[in-house]
Amino acid sequence: MEKSLSWREFIITRLIQASGYSAILFVGLIFFFLLREGLPALSEVDASSLLNIRWYPLESHVGILPLISGSLVVTLGAALIAVPFGIGTAVYISEIAPRWMREILKPLVELLGGLPSVVLGFLGILVLAPFLRVFLNLPTGLTALTGSLLLGGIAVPTVVSVAEDALDSVPRAYREGAWALGATKWQTIWRVTLPAAKSGVLTAVMLGVGRAIGETMTVMMVTGNAPVLATGLGSLFSPVRTMTATIAAEMGEVANGSTHYHVLFFIGMVLFIISLVVNIIASSVVFRAKKRAERILS
Amino acid sequence: MKHLTILFLLFSFFLTSCGTSNNSSNSNSPANYIENKGSDTIVNLALAWAEKYQGDHPDVRISVTGGGSGTGIAALVNGTVDIANASRKIKDEEIVEAQKNGVEPVEHIIARDAIAVIVNPNNPVSELTLQQISDIYSGKFTNWKEVGGEDRPIVRLSRETNSGTHVYFLETVLRLGSKEDKTLFSMNTLLLPSSEGIISEVRDNPNAIGYDGLGYVPKDLKMIAIAQKDGELYVLPSIETVNDKSYAIARDLYMYTNGEPTGIVKEYLDWILSDEAQQIVADLGFVPVLK
Repeated sequence: MEKSLSWREFIITRLIQASGYSAILFVGLIFFFLLREGLPALSEVDASSLLNIRWYPLESHVGILPLISGSLVVTLGAALIAVPFGIGTAVYISEIAPRWMREILKPLVELLGGLPSVVLGFLGILVLAPFLRVFLNLPTGLTALTGSLLLGGIAVPTVVSVAEDALDSVPRAYREGAWALGATKWQTIWRVTLPAAKSGVLTAVMLGVGRAIGETMTVMMVTGNAPVLATGLGSLFSPVRTMTATIAAEMGEVANGSTHYHVLFFIGMVLFIISLVVNIIASSVVFRAKKRAERILS
Repeated sequence: MKHLTILFLLFSFFLTSCGTSNNSSNSNSPANYIENKGSDTIVNLALAWAEKYQGDHPDVRISVTGGGSGTGIAALVNGTVDIANASRKIKDEEIVEAQKNGVEPVEHIIARDAIAVIVNPNNPVSELTLQQISDIYSGKFTNWKEVGGEDRPIVRLSRETNSGTHVYFLETVLRLGSKEDKTLFSMNTLLLPSSEGIISEVRDNPNAIGYDGLGYVPKDLKMIAIAQKDGELYVLPSIETVNDKSYAIARDLYMYTNGEPTGIVKEYLDWILSDEAQQIVADLGFVPVLK
């Protein structure tokens, strides 16, 4: 009896361990695949033409700067919307809303997160883009801003649910301590609860940004996909072409093994590296914050 | 419990019967199955044909998918389809690639298509020369008043680069058919992934100019009458003007097969050129092939 129990335990432990390691394995394999398919691009076209500002691969113009800048503009815009909205909603749900309200809001926000992005894209084309064109008097409504607004909407549920969990796990004693010292509700939230949940909230922001930079369908439908180099804030109000939309739009037609194919994989590699860097920065900040907190507590 | 058993038996019987019927159709007559893939311009037409043909020949199954001309030809080269649809002629390098795989692409003209240049109904511009359209798309003109319209910025819409329509428009309109011409689309041309995207933006935006297959332009949008050269007649696209070749932006649509078609594929292609099938071409807004 005891023996079989320990055997079962052994197998279960190994299985869990294997599934943990498999995540690392898969990321490694994917990165290896991207490298294998993307690196040949560097030998087929020289680096200077990759850093060109013209993207028209049909005629071997393969400058990827407009695409990188396009992705950054849209993602930055989305973050500017999703972060304050998401954290605000999370604070409201976890700290301010009465219990019955919380029971309604939380599932609703999660439902929003489950909306297919192509549906949001339709909404963008038919409602948001025409509205923005008239409201802001732009030549066209298919702009980076339209993409940012929708991506913000997509990222908000992610930010809310992770940040809300982080706020929720702050011990009640912290808040009671603050109230006992005469702090108002706002002071408690701003000075005590949010700082205490800092690492979780930061993770929420990073996950939200990651969701936004990787989103494809919506941006392809509403940003106009014009590969213009974004140079300033004004680019938010003109069409842009993101890396994800480029890969999605062109991968289906490209000849296997051609230069264009390798350049598309190179873009995928750049995208992968960008999200890797975002994650590393986030976790190092979280790590440092934790160490400081431990120092203070000890 | 008894009910459950019966249900289970019925269910398994159903499953096995499905399985056997599938097997029999696969093993007895693989030749009754036609795989047809390619140009998104042709996909609706190919679907309508396949539907009609299967209705009259219940023993034949035709599967139609889109994906673009290049996708279809690539599939023919890889031997995964029987017929590839293309809205452009096969490229030389695709023929070389095909021959490497032992595939000999044979061309069949199955319909004609015209590209209509469309603007918002509120746009007063109704006539343009090919040169003017080229200058609009290359970025030389940026305001509608330069071609006799209102003082509005021009928003250029195009299909994505993976669309046969895009390549055709680039070669015939932007470069006016000249091989040496290296004119490109202006960098801020919006590249939209679907016909619907272009149509909804043109319908909504008085600044926009777009192009799409004649068959896909809804009645509430305004088509531009086009002249080959300055001083020539401005011609609106229609079945008549495409057939008498007076409309400038028209092309042939193709199906490619591996070698001269035989058996069921040949029967299907022969039917496609019949009056009955070419009537479907006209019904969908394309232009029938004249014999």
